[in-house]
Amino acid sequence: MRKDSNKSGLGLIRSLALAPYSVWALLFIVVPLIFVAYYAFTDNNYQFTTENLTRFFTATSQVSSGEATREVRTYLLIFVRSLKLAVISTAICLLMGYPFALMISRASAKTQGVLITLIMIPMWMNFLIRTYAWMTILQDTGILNGLLGALHLGKIHIIGTESAVVIGMVYDYFPYMILPIYSVMAKMDVKLIEAARDLGCSGAGVLRRVIWPLSLPGVISGVEMVLIPSISTFYISQKLGNGKFYLIGDAIESQYVANNLHFAAAIAFILMLVLLVGMALLQRMANKRAMA
Amino acid sequence: MKKIVELKNVSKSFDGELVLDHINLDIYDNEFLTLLGPSGCGKTTTLRIIGGFESADEGDVIFMGERINDVPPHKRNVNTVFQRYALFPHLNVYENVAFSLREKKVPKDEIHRRVTEMINLVALSGFEKRSVTSLSGGQQQRVAIARALVNRPKVLLLDEPLAALDLKLRKDMQQELKNIQKATGITFIFVTHDQEEALSMSDTVVVMSNGRIQQIGTPIDIYNEPVNAFVADFIGESNIVDGVMLRDRKVSFSGHVFDCVDSGFGPKEPVDVVVRPEDVDIVPEEKGMLKGVVTSVTFLGVHYEIIVDINGFKWMIQTTDFVDVDEHIGLYIEPEAIHIMKKSEYSGMFGDYSSFSMELDEIGELEQIEELAEEAAAESENET
Repeated sequence: MRKDSNKSGLGLIRSLALAPYSVWALLFIVVPLIFVAYYAFTDNNYQFTTENLTRFFTATSQVSSGEATREVRTYLLIFVRSLKLAVISTAICLLMGYPFALMISRASAKTQGVLITLIMIPMWMNFLIRTYAWMTILQDTGILNGLLGALHLGKIHIIGTESAVVIGMVYDYFPYMILPIYSVMAKMDVKLIEAARDLGCSGAGVLRRVIWPLSLPGVISGVEMVLIPSISTFYISQKLGNGKFYLIGDAIESQYVANNLHFAAAIAFILMLVLLVGMALLQRMANKRAMA
Repeated sequence: MKKIVELKNVSKSFDGELVLDHINLDIYDNEFLTLLGPSGCGKTTTLRIIGGFESADEGDVIFMGERINDVPPHKRNVNTVFQRYALFPHLNVYENVAFSLREKKVPKDEIHRRVTEMINLVALSGFEKRSVTSLSGGQQQRVAIARALVNRPKVLLLDEPLAALDLKLRKDMQQELKNIQKATGITFIFVTHDQEEALSMSDTVVVMSNGRIQQIGTPIDIYNEPVNAFVADFIGESNIVDGVMLRDRKVSFSGHVFDCVDSGFGPKEPVDVVVRPEDVDIVPEEKGMLKGVVTSVTFLGVHYEIIVDINGFKWMIQTTDFVDVDEHIGLYIEPEAIHIMKKSEYSGMFGDYSSFSMELDEIGELEQIEELAEEAAAESENET
């Protein structure tokens, strides 16, 4: 009797506690998503159309490189460029972040706290300000070139290149790669590593056969948390790429600013679908590996 | 017999605290050896030094005649069954067992043969494809044993492997471990704080306390001939009283002179006298060598455990005869039941039952029962 009433009491408390979030999620996640889909599939008179979606795949423009001029699919080109830069940034974040996360998770509790705080400190500063800081560093007359000049190493031109955009993305999103990987690794039982050593694994063997497969959930959320914002960023490419590398985020922004809400929604909708499918595939691959 | 592991003057400190204090230990081939002691006595550290997970600050670790202080764990022909098993959660039962063979690049058909053989040995056939996280504690324990044995180590280290199992399962596993050890002929080094477990399974028991080995011997030696008050108290129940050796085979304690079987002590040498509770006979008061008053009686099924006050010192006696609290009784002790030990740093610390804890336990339980009863009453009130 008492147990049952307790249970339903708890249930009530739980639904009450969840209510604010449920309302929030409905108003600011579900409803906006419905609006995005609604705008993507309607024209300026709110009549159903698939034109916005087809425009994404068919719109063309002229690209001239030197003498030759060729016709390209505008938005597909932009999309592929965004994807390329995002994948490169994510890969760099993973390659740098994974060993770093592993190192932190094996340090003493005190050192772990200090290192994690150091990683988080840049996140306390505004994202725009951080990007501006990189502009002053990377400019042709900026801090980096000043330093190189002082060391008589010549100058490099980096602002306005894809490298500058990638540097900006890596810097801004690096913590999002480290934190999920670190949190999975920190929870990993040290005895598992000892067991692997005991069963004949060298350091590399332990990493490959125990630590890596067990840290995959962290790697996947890290990849998601870096890939998604970097594929849709527009600010970094505008500031560090001197506006030369028009990315999918820039496309959405400029269509929006030009009041082409329906086409902007269509691009956002397609981007979302592609990301959803991509993440589902990634998750599935990881699950398969975990089962094997 | 061939020595397989030797520890020579091994010391180890953590944060300036000495955990192992110049340990010397020889472990022989085919032996079931148990490191026994309370928590913090250094038994697990000893095991980890043999396994290679800790390095000795001082002294040598010898494995089959070779010094292995600097050999990493994966290059030692030793495997470990960890306390909480440490099974790989991302691998199924078969792959957990096959782990070390895959690392050694053993051919597939041989892996299959050896893994199947091990899974049969620990009675888990049919569970090969199961996820280890879905297994019960006992089954996980078996996987851990199979995983450690498949590699055919010379020595198997077991770190309190049965601590997480319930009593019935623990008894079964004790027997099974013993059988596996006999069948495989592998040297087992077993760590436990459970003296009963140590006595029932081992060929050799090593009793440890404060980072030092107190006694090494067969279970019977350790029980019957404890070297000091610590061992006497830790292994089973003991009454330990101060005595004086009058001459060979004559000892005086509790105001009476007893015949005993021990000799080789100096004249008038102060000693610790051990009498096991089951070795004391209750006789009518006038026939007793010692006389006392019963202060508590506890029924334990097989026997009663009674506490007797003899001149202010509380003795524990196990008897099948019923006596009542406040009864005056006499005690009779045979010469063979008296064991004499030299005085040690542990003298006077153990073996007096005046603060016997079972009484306190019972009071605690009684309070719990009362609370439960009150709760039940309150509940039935709510319902009506």
